[in-house]
Amino acid sequence: MSVLLALCVMAGLALLLGAVLGFAAIRFRVEDDPLVDKIDAILPQTQCAQCGYPGCRPYATAITNDEADINQCPPGGEDGIRQLADLLGREFKPLNAANGVEKPKRVAVIDEQLCIGCTLCIQACPVDAIVGAAKHMHTVIASECTGCELCIAPCPVDCIDMAPLGDTPASWKWRYPVAMLKVVS
Amino acid sequence: MSRLHAFHGGIHPPEHKAESNGARIVQVPLPPQLVVALNQHIGHGAKPVVAAGDRVAKGQMIGRAEGRVSAAVHAPTSGRVLAVEPRVVAHPSGLAELCVVIEPDGEERWIERQRFDWRNADGPAVLDHLRDLGVVGLGGAVFPSHLKLAGARTLDTLVINGAECEPYITCDDRLMRERADEIGAGIAIVRQLMNARQVKVGIEDNKPEAIEAMRLACGGQDIEVVVVPTLYPSGGAKQLTRLLTGREVPAGVRATDLGVQCFNVGTVQALYRALEHGEPLLSRIVTLTGAVARPGNVEALLGTPLSHLMAFAGVAADVTGHVYGGPMMGFVLPSLEAGLTKSGNCIIARNAELFPPAPPEMPCIRCGTCAEACPAELQPMDLYWFARARQFGRAQERHLFDCIECGACAYVCPSNIRLVDYFRYAKSEIWAAEKSRDAATLARRRHEARQARQERDKRERAERLAARTTPRPAPPPLPEQVTPQEAPAAPAAPTDDDKQARIAAAMARAAARRAGQAGKGEGGDGA
Repeated sequence: MSVLLALCVMAGLALLLGAVLGFAAIRFRVEDDPLVDKIDAILPQTQCAQCGYPGCRPYATAITNDEADINQCPPGGEDGIRQLADLLGREFKPLNAANGVEKPKRVAVIDEQLCIGCTLCIQACPVDAIVGAAKHMHTVIASECTGCELCIAPCPVDCIDMAPLGDTPASWKWRYPVAMLKVVS
Repeated sequence: MSRLHAFHGGIHPPEHKAESNGARIVQVPLPPQLVVALNQHIGHGAKPVVAAGDRVAKGQMIGRAEGRVSAAVHAPTSGRVLAVEPRVVAHPSGLAELCVVIEPDGEERWIERQRFDWRNADGPAVLDHLRDLGVVGLGGAVFPSHLKLAGARTLDTLVINGAECEPYITCDDRLMRERADEIGAGIAIVRQLMNARQVKVGIEDNKPEAIEAMRLACGGQDIEVVVVPTLYPSGGAKQLTRLLTGREVPAGVRATDLGVQCFNVGTVQALYRALEHGEPLLSRIVTLTGAVARPGNVEALLGTPLSHLMAFAGVAADVTGHVYGGPMMGFVLPSLEAGLTKSGNCIIARNAELFPPAPPEMPCIRCGTCAEACPAELQPMDLYWFARARQFGRAQERHLFDCIECGACAYVCPSNIRLVDYFRYAKSEIWAAEKSRDAATLARRRHEARQARQERDKRERAERLAARTTPRPAPPPLPEQVTPQEAPAAPAAPTDDDKQARIAAAMARAAARRAGQAGKGEGGDGA
């Protein structure tokens, strides 16, 4: 008798909790995938499309959906791949050479003598870092430029160059200390 | 007599002060060239306001303060500007940064100095004046003084830092001995500007002459000269504040909010020169010591090449390098070509006898000696562990940024681990990561804004099209505000052939011009 009662109580509890969980799953459903946000936060936001997707967020979505691998982002570099691997619990793998190579950060510079004011680069810039108007020369706001190089191809007069951002005392980093080893003869 | 409140930890390395504190401060003769860095302070570098070829007078502003945290830079003597270009600066990286190179004419011709009536001027005007005179903290951190003065309206305790706890350095000692009256006058100024209730001057007990001089100079005023025991790093702002007032300044809190502020004696003297004589910060006192023939203190113009200073002191033959700053917190200079900066309180010539090569590092045995020595009450062995393993987040959780890099932990470490190197490495990695994260956030925001705008443009165009194509029922004049955004879309519109032709013509013109340029550059024809 008591065995039956216990079974009934357990079954009843299971049904009740199941109903609560089912309700919560519908009521508190998370619309956005938080994983996409986390991946997007790691990506460098250059929006350069070298990964084969139109921007960082689409690439993050593709990674979440297992459509893309984690080693397709050259600006993020090895460091970025490592972070993605940590986040997703995957193995680190070197950057896919098909997507490009990791380069030091550079910014676009427009040769204003040659610019004809066609606005094509303005339309190509994913972060609105180029100012100018039709038939007026354009210029790059260096602090906003992500170095994605998307403005170079559309320029009809090839007046855009990528200038490397050299090290300055302000951007310089202390290096990892190298421990001296004791010489054992 | 006030009670002293000991701070945690601390060490007592050999002082090495007797070598350089005996002789009076001497003036260094004018060097053939001055290399004045435009970024000599914490924050934004100054913006140059002179160009090559300009004649400058002594005290003339050559770099204007740029941004909120910044200070002006001035011509230390009269002469001609040879160049405004990147030169190697006194920085551990050995990298070049924008400097103004001045060739002195030897006339020492002053710019006309305007008397500034700071007593009757309102607060912000005094602070702007100080910013334009380039006064920054001379204790080593070079934080713009006007920002420090801008804190609270009233202050409980003004702490004047004459502790000079780091070995070898004696510039503040000599300054207090020889110019105590100017420091006293400076203290009175700062006290009035900050409305301070009490003033305490902290001096370590290994400087009896300086203590005597400061007591004499501060005699008439209600200023307490407190003798603190010699214990490194009692001259750290937080440590001295703790010693003299018993107050701990927590991480992320400004000292002014707790009613305390700390100024170095050199800074106070510079403030006096600036406000009473209208003199910008043009020179500073530097200790030249270590393996030199004539150790001592010199007053040198900012921008004086360090090689000139060392030649003046007479470098011995066996010197293996130079340290800028003290032996504990300073760094090895990659080059002596750099000019003296406002932070340069000491240059030490190293040789094998004074600075024997560091013994090899051994594994951390977690003995905890470093934690006992740490004046910031951190656990250096944990920080070392995480910095070494590149787990910067964990290091930050353990308050890495409260580390003042005093080097006490590395000094006591029985395994000879250069702990501070690891902390500096971790800090700069964290800063770099923060910078790139900020840049990424900015780029993401701009990209999203752009996408939103493109969406809206598309929608509005579709709406307009729909309104035009649907027959009669009166076109709704709704999307009126669209017109300004239409401009970028223009190239895709009607007269396409016409436009194409014009673009082609422009391309041809540009190609021709480029060919012309290339031809000039390479001597070939670029067609």
